[in-house]
Amino acid sequence: MQRFSALSLLRHGLGRHQGWKPQWRNAQPKPGYDAIIVGGGGHGLGAAYYLAKVHGITNVAVLEKGWIGGGNTGRNTTIIRSNYLFDESAALYDHALQLWEGLSQELNYNVMFSQRGVMMLAHNIHDIQVFKRHVHANRINGVDNEWLTPEQAQEFCPSLNIDPNVRYPVLGAALQRRGGTARHDAVAWGYARAADALGVDIIENCEVTGIRRDANGAVLGVETTRGFIGSRKVGVSAAGHTSVVMGMADVRLPLESYPLQALVSEPVKPIFPCVVMSNTIHAYMSQSDKGELVIGAGTDIYTSYTQRGGLHIATHTLEAICELFPQFRRMRMLRNWGGIVDVTPDRSPIIAKTPVKGLYVNCGWGTGGFKATPGAAHLFAHTIAKDEPHPINAPYTIERFRDGFMIDEAAAAAVAH
Amino acid sequence: MLIINCPYCGARPELEFAYGGQAHIDRPVQPADLNDEDWTGYLYLRENTKGIHAERWRHLHGCARFFNALRDTRTDHFLATYKVGEKAPEVTRP
Ligand SMILES: Cc1cc2nc3c(=O)[nH]c(=O)nc-3n(C[C@H](O)[C@H](O)[C@H](O)COP(=O)(O)OP(=O)(O)OC[C@H]3O[C@@H](n4cnc5c(N)ncnc54)[C@H](O)[C@@H]3O)c2cc1C
Ligand SMILES: [Zn+2]
Repeated sequence: MQRFSALSLLRHGLGRHQGWKPQWRNAQPKPGYDAIIVGGGGHGLGAAYYLAKVHGITNVAVLEKGWIGGGNTGRNTTIIRSNYLFDESAALYDHALQLWEGLSQELNYNVMFSQRGVMMLAHNIHDIQVFKRHVHANRINGVDNEWLTPEQAQEFCPSLNIDPNVRYPVLGAALQRRGGTARHDAVAWGYARAADALGVDIIENCEVTGIRRDANGAVLGVETTRGFIGSRKVGVSAAGHTSVVMGMADVRLPLESYPLQALVSEPVKPIFPCVVMSNTIHAYMSQSDKGELVIGAGTDIYTSYTQRGGLHIATHTLEAICELFPQFRRMRMLRNWGGIVDVTPDRSPIIAKTPVKGLYVNCGWGTGGFKATPGAAHLFAHTIAKDEPHPINAPYTIERFRDGFMIDEAAAAAVAH
Repeated sequence: MLIINCPYCGARPELEFAYGGQAHIDRPVQPADLNDEDWTGYLYLRENTKGIHAERWRHLHGCARFFNALRDTRTDHFLATYKVGEKAPEVTRP
């Protein structure tokens, strides 16, 4: 692997930057592997990296039906935070946040992790009570989160309109200063490059179409559009398509797939210093380093695999943005797109073994799994390597729905990003 | 925005409707006889089909009645809508 440093930049500059090599090999599928990951998003690529790095399992393939990072990893609004309500969630998301804090160094790849602070606005009494409860619960769990008055919120984000005479006035806010954003593509590419350097094969344009099993039901490998590939361990990290892939092994999961949209404005000078989220009126926004305002909208009301959403959903979000930030009223939107998110009944993920021997699943991240990428990948690799969960993901089973041990962030967060 | 054909009122914009999830899930007749696995299936497991999906809709801001629909989740194309209690019509893929 060509390492990035000031010195290597200088050296390649002298050679007119002609000496850079592709950052990962264009691998061809081998007949078999020690482990296969289905899905080349951040979670899948990261899991392959940690399998190789932490567990020494380097004979690994990541199979991606399109291009790596072309799923939700490359479509999300990149908000990262860990101020979730329940103990299990705080442990999971803060594990990820701690890994984010060292990720660029770990991968020798700038993932542009920026801890600019995530501020969540309260617009009614219910919001205030819920957010204060979060602040207290988070502090007990050692996760930073603080309560701000409307004036303090405006000080933190000067464009914010705190006029009390609007439809949804800002009554206060919860701020996690360690939260922020990262560059989504860089996360996929950084993990791909680091995994490749450890021997992992990253195979694009390779759709898994079946899961082959032996007479006892254990996994033997996967059928793909590029032929059969053998492995006794298959980890599925296919986000919105998890139900489709797991259906190939007759495993039914408590998931439904919905379109979720985002949009960006024309690029402007730095004007928006943080991330602002409003669950009640459903809008969230940050500014990318290119200068675009990155805006997240809601899900459509129906399940779908179309990777696009209704225009009225985005319109609703823009109306909210215009009220909260009147100065953006005349800004033009450049692009909008959708991704398919896999939602569980309790809005918490599943990172677990399955009833099928050798088959593992990491799914159910729904509308909010980008922030968890390093953590989920690390824990999923552990689960696959050891054939048992890490203590942090032990509660995130499939069976929790049967046994009534849900981690109900649905009720706690109302919206999850 | 989808245009949805309410079997009672005709074609109307999606904004008038509420979505009700997968159709034809029968409430258990003898709830006490269900074991935990059956309850999980009834409460939480859904087909999440990529393809033709039978689902419930409610014309909330119209006649307010429930009805069922067949929709292709790969395209969001509606193949049929039909009244509650009726069997799903036979459809051919578009
Ligand atoms: C518009 C939008 C905004 C979002 N905003 C945020 C946010 O602000 N913060 C946050 O934390 N989260 C956010 N999310 C959620 C977040 O994007 C996801 O939870 C996360 O990126 C999931 O990562 P992944 O690697 O599991 O999935 P993906 O990146 O979707 O990777 C799954 C991969 O599996 C591949 N695949 C599927 N089926 C097969 C098959 N049969 N064979 C081979 N490959 C297959 C797909 O092509 C895909 O590349 C948002 C999502 C969307 C859509
Ligand atoms: Zn009607």
